[in-house]
Amino acid sequence: MKLIYTDSLVVGAGLAGLRVAIASKERGLDTLVLSLIPAKRSHSAAAQGGMQASLGNTVKGMGDDEDVHFQDTVKGSDWGCDQEVARMFAHCAPKAVRELANWGVPWTRVTKGPRQVVVNAEKVTIEEAEEAHGLINARDFGGTKKWRTCYTADGTGHSLLYAVDNKAISLDIPVHERVEALALIHDGKRCHGVVARCLITGELRAYVAKSTTIATGGYGRIYEVSTNAIICEGIGQALALETGVATLGNMEAVQFHPTAIVPVGILTTEGCRGDGGLLRDKDGHRFMPDYEPEKKELASRDVVSRRMTEHMRKGKGVDSPYGPHLWLDITLLGRKHVETNLREVKEICENFLGIDPAKDWIPVRPTQHYSMGGIRTDAKGQSPQLKGLFSVGEAACWDMHGFNRLGGNSLAETVVGGMIIGKYVADFCEENTLEIDTALAERFVAQVRDEIDGLVEGQGSESAYELKREMQRIMMDYVGIFRNGPELTKAVEELEALLIRSRNLGLKCKKRHANPELVEALRVKRMLKVALTVACGAEARTESRGAHAREDYPQRNDKEWLNRTLSSWPSSDATRPQLDYEQLDVMKMELPPGYRGYGINNAIAHPDTETREKQIVEILSNLGEDADRHERQHALMPFEVPESLREKNERLHDKPLGNRQQLGEESK
Amino acid sequence: MSQGRTLTFNIFRYDPQVPDDKPKMVKYHLEEAPGMTVFIALNMLREQQDPSLQFDFVCRAGICGSCAMVINGYPTLACRTLTSKYPKGEITLMPLPGFELIGDLSVNTGKFMRELAERLKLWLHPKSDEVDIHRIEAPMAPEEAARLYELERCVECGVCVSACATKQMRDTFVGAVGMMKIARFELDSRDARSVEDFYHVIGNQDGVFGCMTLLGCQDNCPKDLPHMQQIAYLRRKMATALV
Repeated sequence: MKLIYTDSLVVGAGLAGLRVAIASKERGLDTLVLSLIPAKRSHSAAAQGGMQASLGNTVKGMGDDEDVHFQDTVKGSDWGCDQEVARMFAHCAPKAVRELANWGVPWTRVTKGPRQVVVNAEKVTIEEAEEAHGLINARDFGGTKKWRTCYTADGTGHSLLYAVDNKAISLDIPVHERVEALALIHDGKRCHGVVARCLITGELRAYVAKSTTIATGGYGRIYEVSTNAIICEGIGQALALETGVATLGNMEAVQFHPTAIVPVGILTTEGCRGDGGLLRDKDGHRFMPDYEPEKKELASRDVVSRRMTEHMRKGKGVDSPYGPHLWLDITLLGRKHVETNLREVKEICENFLGIDPAKDWIPVRPTQHYSMGGIRTDAKGQSPQLKGLFSVGEAACWDMHGFNRLGGNSLAETVVGGMIIGKYVADFCEENTLEIDTALAERFVAQVRDEIDGLVEGQGSESAYELKREMQRIMMDYVGIFRNGPELTKAVEELEALLIRSRNLGLKCKKRHANPELVEALRVKRMLKVALTVACGAEARTESRGAHAREDYPQRNDKEWLNRTLSSWPSSDATRPQLDYEQLDVMKMELPPGYRGYGINNAIAHPDTETREKQIVEILSNLGEDADRHERQHALMPFEVPESLREKNERLHDKPLGNRQQLGEESK
Repeated sequence: MSQGRTLTFNIFRYDPQVPDDKPKMVKYHLEEAPGMTVFIALNMLREQQDPSLQFDFVCRAGICGSCAMVINGYPTLACRTLTSKYPKGEITLMPLPGFELIGDLSVNTGKFMRELAERLKLWLHPKSDEVDIHRIEAPMAPEEAARLYELERCVECGVCVSACATKQMRDTFVGAVGMMKIARFELDSRDARSVEDFYHVIGNQDGVFGCMTLLGCQDNCPKDLPHMQQIAYLRRKMATALV
């Protein structure tokens, strides 16, 4: 048995994984990263628009702070998130942005003086302050009160991933590329590493470590059309699920992005609408103000995606051989803006559609985009069930997104979560010893070897490609933007049948080394279990919350469903996950459930909501007049972050200024 | 967009891990579909005709740089190459030269790029590590940030390396990708390295003075990066560095 040991093992070399690896290495721990692909090719690179952090440098971000970012995030989550985690996140986001500037990210900067922007289809002149000149800029994104999304043109993810990977290289952190983790090594209480297969030679290796951090991204590819890279197949979630011990949280919470191009599903950034782009129907009519008169195109993603679907169902979609779509119009932003700030969008339009977005409208449709669900962790990023197993980024359900994630909060979660959880991972490694139980490792290696033997030498007749296609179709048809009981039941039954068929997979290519068909077969079996957690979770949740929209239960039901779904896999011969629920405690919330600000307010209230609201008023009034916002916050819901991240964030508007006007202004 | 054509793919096949396997070209036929890219076609071939076919895709959107290969003689990104671009319907696919071959169309660009980064120290060397992340950040000229981003758009696809005649003759040549990155850090006011420091890395035959200016890099770069300008800039800078 090939055995490799380290202190801090990280699976996945995207932003979240690399950030944790850096935190470990900086503490002097032996650190090792596994990745399917070279680190710089990770899906983090595809995040175009930016990351949210309440720096408040631009005039349209004046008055922004952690409080506003926190409130936007909680409302965006439809009160499904863990509010303490959302607080930890909002507090550390400005620090992460500033740290990244020192690692090389060329953040787009504020230019003092007047500049023209498009707001609500009108050209507006804003005047940036002298003091803000050269500080990090921000753009507008959906579901946010302030312009808070820091960016580098429309290649933010690319710039961040390159800077962070360069930092990892400078620290000499090894990345074992083209290696796929296939099982966690564990004893039911503690995780001891992974069994992984080299995709080139086929060699099986046991990687044994003090801490194992899963940062493998989301599970978008269980759907037929997704904006995700083709490697985002939920294998990280499956690894945790297959332990039978660790749980996955809120797997049914799946986000659909309003503007992916038709038919291939490649994303055009929310920055298109943030910068002033409009959605139009087959008559060229701008329809979003009809549905959401206040937020219009910049309502939260789940809301815009549902409104677009509703509008197409009314026959207002543009017919195409690939089904109906709508238009994204960024022509009003002008060629210069499109060619500098939205260049990736322009390249995508040219290469995949053959159009020029500075003069043509872009065909778009809501498309699977983000997995709010993932490996359930506590606020320190650790699995509550399996000690030593950590998860971070999209792979995790740390739970700052609840049932809907805000644009700009995913890129932010990777580096902010990585920064925070990285420190807790390092603490864990310092406090614990490395336990190398070779018999245990051998047992898990043997299991994977048997599985591969069965596929290569067995007489199975099912095709991995065919099962995957069927799974993806089921998820598209029955577990999409709008869901209902009968269709979800059908989805569960059909997925179950596929899972049973997947026990009889056979291969045409019998190679044990580089063999793409073997890779597909090993993955599809795991993906089916992940898909079942999504479908079963959606079937059981008889309410609508955030991105989980039930046609048969259109109300958000705080009374019965203010909780987090936990899925676990009961045994290797099971065909469905076991579902349990973790209650969210209203009495501990800083922001008790309320109206999100979209459509009619039809939520069924939680019995504690009113009590908590009264209690909050009382707590605040007892504090006295001179309590500042930090003291008020602390009195309502104290939260912990690692000591080195506790300091307050400095902002321009904290500084005493004689004349508010100096901080810029807006005029039409 | 042509429909209903039958495309002919001529694909390089070789598995270096199979003893006695010899490199060969294999023909495949496939019905063209509207909007078909080489990414879509290769996946259909693998699923329907030959499950052992090796190639690399990740983002399939022209962002990640995984899928560079030589298509009808030119190195480019396969994911965003439309089959309709080829009027004869014949498409020849070869792996990117200049890199370790994993098998068929799959080459190890990742290993190459990591080694290059380590050799040339391709990361920001900040003037101070003691940065207070709780305070307002140091300002940077907006024009400088924009200029840096322009040079940072490289996706490490390896096209410039495979299109470079110097690199094909001199294995240790850093290629346009190496020089572009050096130029990016040289321009960055946050980087502590001096012109002399960069001279020691690329002021030689393996760097700027080895380039024969055939400019295959500039002609083929899928991100249209200004390689010609940057190489000329660095060359002047290096030539005057020690004066």
